[in-house]
Amino acid sequence: MAHDHDHHDHGQEPPSDIALRVKALESLLLEKGLVDPAALDAIVDHFEHNVGPRNGARVVARAWTDPAYRERLRRDATAAIAELGYAGAQGEHMVALENTPEVHNLVVCTLCSCYPWPVLGLPPVWYKSAPYRSRAVIDPRGVLEEFGTELPDDVAIRVWDSTAEIRYLVIPERPAGTDALDEEALAALVSRDGMIGTARL
Amino acid sequence: MGGMHGMGPIAPEPDEPVFHAEWERRAFAVAMMAPTRGGRYARERIPGPEYLRMSYYERWLAGLCMALVEQGVVTAEELARGTADPAKPKGTKPRGPDDVRRALTTSGSYMREAKTAPAFSPGDRVRARNLNPIGHTRLPRYVRGRQGVIERHHGAQAYPDTGAGDAQALYTVRFSARELWGMDAAEHDSVSLDLWEPYLERA
Repeated sequence: MAHDHDHHDHGQEPPSDIALRVKALESLLLEKGLVDPAALDAIVDHFEHNVGPRNGARVVARAWTDPAYRERLRRDATAAIAELGYAGAQGEHMVALENTPEVHNLVVCTLCSCYPWPVLGLPPVWYKSAPYRSRAVIDPRGVLEEFGTELPDDVAIRVWDSTAEIRYLVIPERPAGTDALDEEALAALVSRDGMIGTARL
Repeated sequence: MGGMHGMGPIAPEPDEPVFHAEWERRAFAVAMMAPTRGGRYARERIPGPEYLRMSYYERWLAGLCMALVEQGVVTAEELARGTADPAKPKGTKPRGPDDVRRALTTSGSYMREAKTAPAFSPGDRVRARNLNPIGHTRLPRYVRGRQGVIERHHGAQAYPDTGAGDAQALYTVRFSARELWGMDAAEHDSVSLDLWEPYLERA
């Protein structure tokens, strides 16, 4: 697996040999009757169209507007999230982390790239890369600054390293001046980074 | 790699697509569907320098190829040649698109029945044991030997280190940032991890 080019962790210009190797592997497994090409297409379709941060944003907006829902989310986030129709692989055991004026939550997976697929989709490249994974636990304030998020010193940061089969979703604080907005308009304000904790809304 | 310095800037990409190239789509889907176990375990055994040089889906591909050969799903020769050995048996019923949709949208459970009562309760002070196994572990180096507080008992999940899948109590353990990183860390910051009981001892 030697590379003779300068590597960068984005995968935009892959060495052409890797595309060929993937193709060869796929056709080998196909020939051996081990994978169904329609199933492969269904996986890609699911992650490009069915899941993503819009799902998580609906959970957050509901929590902002419905105190009883927020309470259910606190008690059993997996069940509360399933109420909105979001369940499945990598969302089996969910915990919601509520930001408050005193506490800001930040989620990382230092060991690999664990991420709550049903509510956030697949993680962005930076979430899976060494710089974020190494630094989020030791220098969360520096990491937030890199995302343009400045946190007052008196706000405590709680970092959550997802080391087991528990997945975390940050519930950001509802922005001021949004009293007139309905749930759908509120959901539009919720960013992916807000639900990882690298941004404040 | 938690707590290491010198890995460079984070570099978020605006409006990042789900996949950056067609080969990433296919590599991800093939890795999800291939009849292998323990893809993460295989990816963690990629030699360190190579691991850091690879992009995310290159790791998936490398881990998948390791698992396929180690678990006897394909032979190294088949992999190298890219064609099936006619003498080897073929699969007959790979999972179809409906199986996939169901698996991706229905939650199973990682919780297992515990054989013994949990040793710790929320509020207990514990120390992460100083374990340094050669194989797979989910105990990050940066908490080994450090003291924390049990925050929550989740039930039991399969203990990753033995590979046997035996259920062990799983806890969220909260460590103060100063315990982990020293007095330069902010006083009220903390890091919480989900740790299995064999990783912990009473402090």
